[in-house]
Amino acid sequence: MGIPEKGYFNLIDYMKKILFALFLLNSLLLSAQTAEEIIGKVKAKLDKVNDYEANGKMKTNVIFIKAPVANVKVYYKKPNKLRINNENGISFIPKGSVNINLSNIFINTTGFDMIDMGKEAGTNLRIIKLLPKDENADVVLSTVYIDETLSLIKKAKTTTKENGTYELEMTYGKYAGYGLADKVVFSFNTKDYKLPKGITFDYDDGTRRQEAPDKLKNKKGKVEISYSSYTINKGVPDTVFR
Amino acid sequence: MWILLQIELFKIFKRPRTYIAFGAIAAIVFLIQVALKFDGKSYIDLLLSNLDGSFEMDDEFKSKMLNGYLICFVILNTLLIQMPLLVALIAGDSIAGEANMGTLRLSLTKPVSRTEYMFVKFMASVIYTVALLVWMALLALLGSILIFGVNDMVILRSRGLEVIESFDIWWRYVAAFGYAAVALTTVSALAFLLSVFAENSIGPIIATMSIVIVFTILSEMNIPIYDRTVKPYLFTSHMVAWKGFFYMKSNAEGATITGSVENLPAIMRSLLILVIYIGLFFSTAVWVFRKKDILT
Repeated sequence: MGIPEKGYFNLIDYMKKILFALFLLNSLLLSAQTAEEIIGKVKAKLDKVNDYEANGKMKTNVIFIKAPVANVKVYYKKPNKLRINNENGISFIPKGSVNINLSNIFINTTGFDMIDMGKEAGTNLRIIKLLPKDENADVVLSTVYIDETLSLIKKAKTTTKENGTYELEMTYGKYAGYGLADKVVFSFNTKDYKLPKGITFDYDDGTRRQEAPDKLKNKKGKVEISYSSYTINKGVPDTVFR
Repeated sequence: MWILLQIELFKIFKRPRTYIAFGAIAAIVFLIQVALKFDGKSYIDLLLSNLDGSFEMDDEFKSKMLNGYLICFVILNTLLIQMPLLVALIAGDSIAGEANMGTLRLSLTKPVSRTEYMFVKFMASVIYTVALLVWMALLALLGSILIFGVNDMVILRSRGLEVIESFDIWWRYVAAFGYAAVALTTVSALAFLLSVFAENSIGPIIATMSIVIVFTILSEMNIPIYDRTVKPYLFTSHMVAWKGFFYMKSNAEGATITGSVENLPAIMRSLLILVIYIGLFFSTAVWVFRKKDILT
């Protein structure tokens, strides 16, 4: 005596409904994570790193600087020490580059008010704004774009009182477990650069350089660091940071 | 002709005043090196003051920037403006000095043509100019490397900065010194030409310096009417083209291209203009001298 055919299909339908309900519940639970929970998870990941020494290549893209792609070493030590060093040459390191270390955003988590801005259209990244409670803090506002399934910050914007706005874009690879990016693009504000010709005695080769209007307006500089390796939690001496 | 050239060189290097130029260069180079050794960071602060808010400018960065290559560039920037005076001291004296001493007519009694005589005189001035430049290169480049060491070089232009990697610098200096030799030879040729007209060396030397100063001022002025009409034809506008070897090309992302020169055709054009000037000054000097009635 077998299961009646109609009853068999009912059971499968029933199981499908349960699975669908579980999936929905799971999705709801995920999306129902509060900003605090998401930030907590991201911070927990970043907290695994006490220090690191990383090798990478740095590209500088600033309208008035021509510089070669440089081999750099990046040193980090908790809580907020960071140094980018071109040991074999000269590189212009932007001020505020300490912010390429994402832990810097959360140094004082209790000192922030968090505003959940929902998800970014297209990327599905969760947008959370962090407002420092301390009115004297240099940082006015930080906005982080988080991949909540991986607990990784993909983008961050930090507005400061003194040094304008910094933007970060991260691409992750094999060090994602530590919240460390394989590639960081750091955008920052620059001031115009000009020296009198009486000092530089430039050679005028006769060509008229017409600077594009958008280039003149664009006072953003970019530094891109592509990391090749990290040495994590093996200790970094304080002398590196001087 | 070789013996004649040796005699001319002997005459030049026998005179104590010839070494005034070598001494002056040594003194200027030494003073700049000492000043930058002890207070170079203030100099860097001054140059990079409007980047201070955007970039990290710690002491290590400034020490790296103050390397032998940059110091040599600063010295060249300063000295190549003064060097025409030192070059004119010898070239301006070349014919006028002989006339003044009353030895010109005697010299021309030798079995050499006036053209050959002028060529030898001019070659002696050129050798002196090159010797002066080699002396400056030794002191400014090798001396600065010994004192300050080497690193990447930051070139400061009025509208931007360029970083040249240390392994990409040497050939640029060789090219720049080579170019500077041609540039100073132009001044030498001018002084040589003026020397033909005078019977006292003071006149050609002062006249050469006056022309160089006026032309340099015109070359450095940024007045559109001069930019279009006068500047492209002044030899002083092209004398600073040695710097072009330190201006690099960059790719779309702003990264410098190793071994590149931003505008090599422009440098070659400037070089050609200087060579034309040298040819013009020298051939005019020979033409005038051949027709000249030598009385002293």
